[in-house]
Amino acid sequence: MTTVVEPALPEGIESIAAARAQEPAERVLLKGNEAIAEAAIQAGCDAYFGYPITPQAELLEWMARRMPEEGRAFVQAESEIGAISMALGAAATGARVLVSTSSPGFSLMAEGMSYLAGSELPVVLVNVMRGGPGLGSIGPAQSDYLQAVKGHGHGDYRVPVLAPSSIGEAMALVADAFEIAERYRTPVIILADGIMGQAMEPVRPVYRMPPRRVADWALTGADGRPPRVVKSLHLRPEDLEAHNDALQLKFRTIAAAETRWAGESLEDAEIVIVAYGTAARVARTAVAQARSLGLRAGLFRPISLWPYPSEALDRATAGARAILVVELSAGQMIEDVRLSVEGRIPVLFLGRTGGMVPTPDAVVAALRGAWAKTPPPERATA
Amino acid sequence: MTTGTAPAAPRRVIAGRPASLEDRATHYCPGCGHGVVHRLLAEVLDELGLAPRTIAVAAVGCAVFAYDYLHVDFVEAQHGRAPAVATGVRRVRPDAFVLTYQGDGDLAAIGTAEIVHAAARGERITVVFVNNGIYGMTGGQMAPTSLLGQKTTSSPLGRDARLAGYPLPITEMLAILPGVAYAARGSLATPSTIGKTKAMLRRACEVQAVDGGFGIVEVLANCPVGWGMTPVESIAHLAVVAETYPPGVLVDRGRA
Repeated sequence: MTTVVEPALPEGIESIAAARAQEPAERVLLKGNEAIAEAAIQAGCDAYFGYPITPQAELLEWMARRMPEEGRAFVQAESEIGAISMALGAAATGARVLVSTSSPGFSLMAEGMSYLAGSELPVVLVNVMRGGPGLGSIGPAQSDYLQAVKGHGHGDYRVPVLAPSSIGEAMALVADAFEIAERYRTPVIILADGIMGQAMEPVRPVYRMPPRRVADWALTGADGRPPRVVKSLHLRPEDLEAHNDALQLKFRTIAAAETRWAGESLEDAEIVIVAYGTAARVARTAVAQARSLGLRAGLFRPISLWPYPSEALDRATAGARAILVVELSAGQMIEDVRLSVEGRIPVLFLGRTGGMVPTPDAVVAALRGAWAKTPPPERATA
Repeated sequence: MTTGTAPAAPRRVIAGRPASLEDRATHYCPGCGHGVVHRLLAEVLDELGLAPRTIAVAAVGCAVFAYDYLHVDFVEAQHGRAPAVATGVRRVRPDAFVLTYQGDGDLAAIGTAEIVHAAARGERITVVFVNNGIYGMTGGQMAPTSLLGQKTTSSPLGRDARLAGYPLPITEMLAILPGVAYAARGSLATPSTIGKTKAMLRRACEVQAVDGGFGIVEVLANCPVGWGMTPVESIAHLAVVAETYPPGVLVDRGRA
């Protein structure tokens, strides 16, 4: 069974799920990149800026056709730097803005992310990750976890990172991402991978347009009011520290309210797999196989990678003998898993890189290995 | 020597601060040209009635603080990205008047891609490009626009073309693009050239206001501190600068 934890929201703020539309009965076959693009349009995206890069190009192409149809802004920028800078300008006027890219392009957007965070501007960025480092490959990867979660640009800031593991979930998270971005005036990253972007799967398209908030900071022309300035420069140390203190308070608020995760078969799990995105899809199959073999395995799937669901993970693994982290990387999220359990139980790892994806059989084999390597949980011996 | 007082004449204001220019002390160095360009721009915005719908983009450099002096909405761009930021504003605010205020380090070095492609797209923006041939804010380093032989903190023996290339005439480069409705170069050398520069700024604003295309005015400005000169010497030196960067209208495609 799947449990999605709805975060506790600050008083006076409506539930993110409350406005979610009724699910349609019809299922349609959708490609990830195109589904994300259309979900953004249906969520009221006013402007899209992008640059061609595999494996996210279909998202740009979808927007190139659909945004003009809707009378909204589309620009194919001269670079990813240009794209995120255009996003900064559009967002400064209060527009709902989407940008998308893949790993090498995300590196170029790092500068803009820092300025968006410093200027407190809401923009949703989709990173359809591919293999790296450098030009790497065009295959799926999760090797931008540390970049997305721990820091892209310079300075003391955090950005909410949402990781869908199905196309339907990606569509729902697009609307949620706009809402989080505007509620907290922050960029939000949707971290997908090449499989999420390229795969097609049947989904019930659920579209939702988050309500518009009054943006009393947005640039509209100083007509009958004092001028407004959207900026990140605070040359006086006292001013910049006060600005940073306010940002940190905001990050703590987000951490308290926007942590998301889902779990499967956790109740009696002795080995808990922790995986997100495509790796979680593989892990889910592996857990079912392991269960059919009598192995008590479970899956903990972080949906928000920042804020990381550390407390939930700690609680969910209280009775487990070990954790197996599965990633399409050489081991990046594993650092957050280890921080979550603080050495209480062994944290093992299975990863593939370069566009390779672990098979369910490989995950089951790793689960068997985990059983062999770790003592039974204390509750079993007590 | 006369004594006594003349009969009081009725007071008549013959000069004053434009409404779009804030009444405050400047942070610019003594003799700096930015203050003159700020004033010209404020006068043009007032005369054309554009200030209430202006969304301006501040660029990195000495003039990042333009928002402290001009009474309009401002967004601060990353270094060099002002034309892309302005593009974003433009595309979602079709009724706004959008301008960038950039220096030569910002526009002609780190922001080369952004300015070229904004011009190539014919973005309906107005670019005020203040060229003082040096990185002023960081202490007077060589810029792509520095003159051959110019001594700066990063070309202490003078700019050598074999090592550091040639001055970049970027406004001429932009002027050949069909998306550019208007491109001109003015100068702060004399009251006469300042008057011509104001007319150029006005024209560059007008082409945007009538949807004519991309407009840019390069202004040759003095940087006394960066150039190691007195303000008077630096103004005189603008005549030398003009030998490399001749002032004048580079293109006016007559749109509107």
